[in-house]
Amino acid sequence: MSSTDSRAAIFAAIRANRPKIQPPLPDVPLFDEKAPSDLVTAFSEMLVKMGGKVLDPQGQDPISALRAAVADKGIIATCVPELHGDASLQIRQILPDMDPHSLADVEIGVVRAAFGVAETGSLCLTDDELIVNTSGYLPQHLIVLLDPSQIVANLHNAYRRPELREHKYAVFQTGPSATADIEGVLIHGAQGVRSLRVLFCPEQD
Amino acid sequence: MSIENQTAPTTPAGRTNDGAPANLTHGAGASVTMPARGPEPQPRGAIIRGNHPIDQQEAARRFMAAPQHLAMHDQRLWDLRKKRDGQKEIIEEWEDLRQLASDIKTHTLTHLDTYLEQFEKNAIANGVKVHWAKDAAEHNSIVAEILRSKNAKSLIKSKSMLTEECGFREAMAHEGVTVVETDLGERIQQLDNENPSHVVVPAVHKLRTDVAEVFAKTLGSDPNNSDVSYLTEQQREHTRPLILKADAGMTGCNFAVAETGSVVVCTNEGNADLSANTTGLHIVSMGIEKIIPNLNSLAVFVRMLSRSALGSPITQYTSHFRGPRRGAEMHIVIVDNGRTDRLGLEKFWTSLKCIRCGACMNTCPVFRRSGGLSYGATYAGPIGLIIDPTFNRHKYSTLPFSSTMNGSCTNVCPVKINIHEQIADWRQVLAENHEIPAFKKSMMKAAGALLASPKLYRASLPMADSALRHLPRFVLYNKLNTWTRGREMPHVPKETFHQWYKRTRGVDGKKK
Repeated sequence: MSSTDSRAAIFAAIRANRPKIQPPLPDVPLFDEKAPSDLVTAFSEMLVKMGGKVLDPQGQDPISALRAAVADKGIIATCVPELHGDASLQIRQILPDMDPHSLADVEIGVVRAAFGVAETGSLCLTDDELIVNTSGYLPQHLIVLLDPSQIVANLHNAYRRPELREHKYAVFQTGPSATADIEGVLIHGAQGVRSLRVLFCPEQD
Repeated sequence: MSIENQTAPTTPAGRTNDGAPANLTHGAGASVTMPARGPEPQPRGAIIRGNHPIDQQEAARRFMAAPQHLAMHDQRLWDLRKKRDGQKEIIEEWEDLRQLASDIKTHTLTHLDTYLEQFEKNAIANGVKVHWAKDAAEHNSIVAEILRSKNAKSLIKSKSMLTEECGFREAMAHEGVTVVETDLGERIQQLDNENPSHVVVPAVHKLRTDVAEVFAKTLGSDPNNSDVSYLTEQQREHTRPLILKADAGMTGCNFAVAETGSVVVCTNEGNADLSANTTGLHIVSMGIEKIIPNLNSLAVFVRMLSRSALGSPITQYTSHFRGPRRGAEMHIVIVDNGRTDRLGLEKFWTSLKCIRCGACMNTCPVFRRSGGLSYGATYAGPIGLIIDPTFNRHKYSTLPFSSTMNGSCTNVCPVKINIHEQIADWRQVLAENHEIPAFKKSMMKAAGALLASPKLYRASLPMADSALRHLPRFVLYNKLNTWTRGREMPHVPKETFHQWYKRTRGVDGKKK
């Protein structure tokens, strides 16, 4: 059987066997009437519960805090303009034509999230932000810049954002890579990044 | 807010060094003390004898005879169930979400052709190549052909129950393709040449000492070191070069969104994203029932999946693949493999709503005490009991009897499948098709005659109760009566309800 024949056979079988009822598709409410007013705090609390951390600038400006966090940490790959041009750092600027494998030796990746989700502490990273998708996965650690004004209350709101329709690839990343496949013992850094830190930092125009 | 310098103390779950901070229980992390257990030889799964009916009870007895494995498995899965309950308590709209999830699936399955067409059209427009496979063999040969066309000899993949269903790894071995599972649990199972025992936590039946033994044999790690951080790190260090060298990547599909043509994959490890994004070729295996109409529907399922499965608000990675990366290829193989037949089964078609969260397994007293491999089928636990017979009514004819009918599976199901009722219905169907064991049949025939007549039933009760009080133990607790194996019969009251009612209320129902 060719794939085309199989397609026809599958559709014929569905039409023959499908239950003969026509229930409507229900409307899905936003369920956000009781959403917290302070989304930054709500997001941060969930992020921490999910294994992520907030990179606290401790009074400095966020970019100085970012520089301090990556200084002398090995190869830094960045998708964001904030760190470009700093000769004191071992910075590798991620460019669209890079081979996905070329990020395998990176210690810390720096990327900006499109938005955050307070309900789950998730960050939406798209192929626009990642530039090379493996920049979210091959580095040992990840620092994500998030504009505090770009946090939605919950997943219902998140799925109404344009990013999920416009991008070839988009991920809700929530904390670091994790596994508990052996006796429920939680370990960070199963295959992807071992740690994830979020730096609140409005986007530069 | 900052917990930058958080240390990871020795934890109740036995984490010792580089693991996650002790207070965290996200993902599949346990929230209870898991005491040191083992070593103890690992009980293996059901013995497969061709097309013979699986003897689940035989394998379950061996599992129960391994006290360390039994205790860990039971405690671990019940903890996941409790974590799930914790999430349910937090989400006020939980029951609304369950109803929505169920209704969305009902709508989609009754309009499956329309949504599959819409999905295909959008996926093709996004640059994806779409293939259709009627069965497992065709799925495997389509994937083999795609790999051949790219001269791909090594494949990294994330966990997919559909590929388990298709016997995919074995088929690829015949094609000379090396397959590497990138999910830790699934990789453990691959290296131990065992099937996954649970849809979400594939190696949940193994003690850490079992894993240490497997890794020592296959990865050359220290056989005496069963520290979980060590074992996980060994796997990471071993798998990473294989990921970087692979020719192609493969993922399953948790949800396929018709409106956008995207496939959604949920993992905690980020291994699906690595598998899909590292090589120039991403192949997706997808069952036809994975379709949902739109992104608003997707929100409902993403909110339910990980909460139901693990009691975690969301998986660490929820990844949306809408089309190939620049310069790469993306293929989706859409598979039937018995699903359209299932759609036509009046009593059982709603089993197609299943989102493979495993909540029914975590709550099931039989599953927790027998291990997923005792079912000898791709799908274990309550959902397995109602899906497996659709693949082979003879071989899996005994499985619907591995249930206490307590209904807990139905109560936790996020898409409201009436699992325990379907288990009962399968018993009936199998009885009508002469697929039930002889002893059960003769017992059920006698019981059927008794239950059909209220007079006979009432007359028999005092006698039966009296018999239960007075019969010697060996009559009740014999080899033929599997119910009393590992159970005590309940205490029997001295009189029946009808006797009590007659004595205290008389004929007119007024209190004496």
